[in-house]
Amino acid sequence: MGITEHSSKAFEADLDTTRTRVLQMGGLVEAQIVAAIEAFASGEMALIDQVIENERRVNGYEVAIDGACNHIVVKRQPAAGDLRLIMGIGKIVTDLERIGDEAEKVARMAKAIHEHGSHHAQRFPAVSHAAQIAIGMLRQGLDAFARLDAASAADVVKEDKAIDQEFTSVLRQLITYMMEDPRTITPALEIVWVAKAIERIGDHAKNLAEQVIYIVKGTDVRHTSFADIEREVAKE
Amino acid sequence: MPALSVLPSVEAHADRGHAVPKAEARSLSFFYGDFRALKNLNLVVHEERVTALIGPSGCGKSTLLRCFNRMHDLYPGNRYQGEIRLFPDDTNLLAPNVDPIEVRMRLSMVFQKPNPFPKSIFENVAYGLRVRGERSRRALEDRVEAALRGAALWDEVKDRLRDLAFNLSGGQQQRLCIARALATDPEILLFDEPTSALDPIATASIEQLITDLKQKVTILIVTHNMQQAARVSDYTAYMYLGELIEFGRTDELFIKPKNRQTEDYITGRFG
Repeated sequence: MGITEHSSKAFEADLDTTRTRVLQMGGLVEAQIVAAIEAFASGEMALIDQVIENERRVNGYEVAIDGACNHIVVKRQPAAGDLRLIMGIGKIVTDLERIGDEAEKVARMAKAIHEHGSHHAQRFPAVSHAAQIAIGMLRQGLDAFARLDAASAADVVKEDKAIDQEFTSVLRQLITYMMEDPRTITPALEIVWVAKAIERIGDHAKNLAEQVIYIVKGTDVRHTSFADIEREVAKE
Repeated sequence: MPALSVLPSVEAHADRGHAVPKAEARSLSFFYGDFRALKNLNLVVHEERVTALIGPSGCGKSTLLRCFNRMHDLYPGNRYQGEIRLFPDDTNLLAPNVDPIEVRMRLSMVFQKPNPFPKSIFENVAYGLRVRGERSRRALEDRVEAALRGAALWDEVKDRLRDLAFNLSGGQQQRLCIARALATDPEILLFDEPTSALDPIATASIEQLITDLKQKVTILIVTHNMQQAARVSDYTAYMYLGELIEFGRTDELFIKPKNRQTEDYITGRFG
């Protein structure tokens, strides 16, 4: 894809614009998680408000890109790689929008945590570690989308395991605290919600990467084993 | 790698059961004088399925279609090389001892523009039967009615069978031509861009007809309209410069073509 140009320049332009918008939306969503995680650690209210406010822009992108996809289907009846790109984008924006929701959730939780005056957040480096993995997955997924790189997308799928492990480890630590001192239950549960949001972000980044593989390779790799995905990606 | 094989897939619905070869072009080349329009082409046409031939102008798809019913015999200097086998009898349609008139009874052609004879609706459909020697009035009436029903035209014309065929609309005329082709009970229907002269409503009715007809007859269709190929066919062949570039199940070819040239053509990146 993308090597030869369309006979119709307008079609090419429509596809390019839509692709660019997905990347812009991805950039915005990534900034949202980074800000939300930072706010979770620091409790900076301005940052929290900014994340909550920006969520509307994320939603706006979703609606606009879906509209553009409908438009292209109606006007161009895309086939083959173009069809897969449009169908893939339709699913990718849903995942991006949900990542945006999770970022907002983290921001709202950070607000609650810091308004209660509890400062447990900083004590959970495992949470920010998981968040860094999630942000890295999203970044690499978007990069794979931009470059139509199925191998890189497959790495993102693999990375999801690491986040799941981090989540389990955070949960284990928190349970220990809660058993030792029941007064920690409320703040601990808030942190569980944040960790869960990060784990969900990892899932959505994985979904996005699976769509990139579909766009590039034409094979639906959802609900298949990682070994199958690797085999598929290795195919010429 | 279908993940949920427990669910019937859309493709499984599109292709019911096992496909059996009805005709097969083997190492087929065709020459207009010195010009080689088809180059050593191999293609299987499956029974009771629709096979679409697509490709840019001049790629040889109409030439290939016309080989199947020996239309090229009508002009001097044309030459076939290779074989087209028709099953189950395994007849080589291109063999010199095979009568082209008989071939055309078994493989009927419907053209781009509706071309009814300057005769009544009834006589248009009865024509092939009369050529075959059918004399019985009763038999002719029955066969004409069956053919018109088969072409989804009977209800619209049953009260004016003696009217001149030219009084029908374009879409009706094309269905009349399909009825005329069906009257001799052909095994394969050859369509050469059958809807390019029709409006979208008439096109939709012809496409529905093609889908209905494949219950009984094998169909080979040349079309410039790729969406039409995607809509009506079970198999698609992409041709370029007289060669068969890719052949496959239509849904696969339009979603995930194997060949770069096919991808470029169906996505409009050709040229």
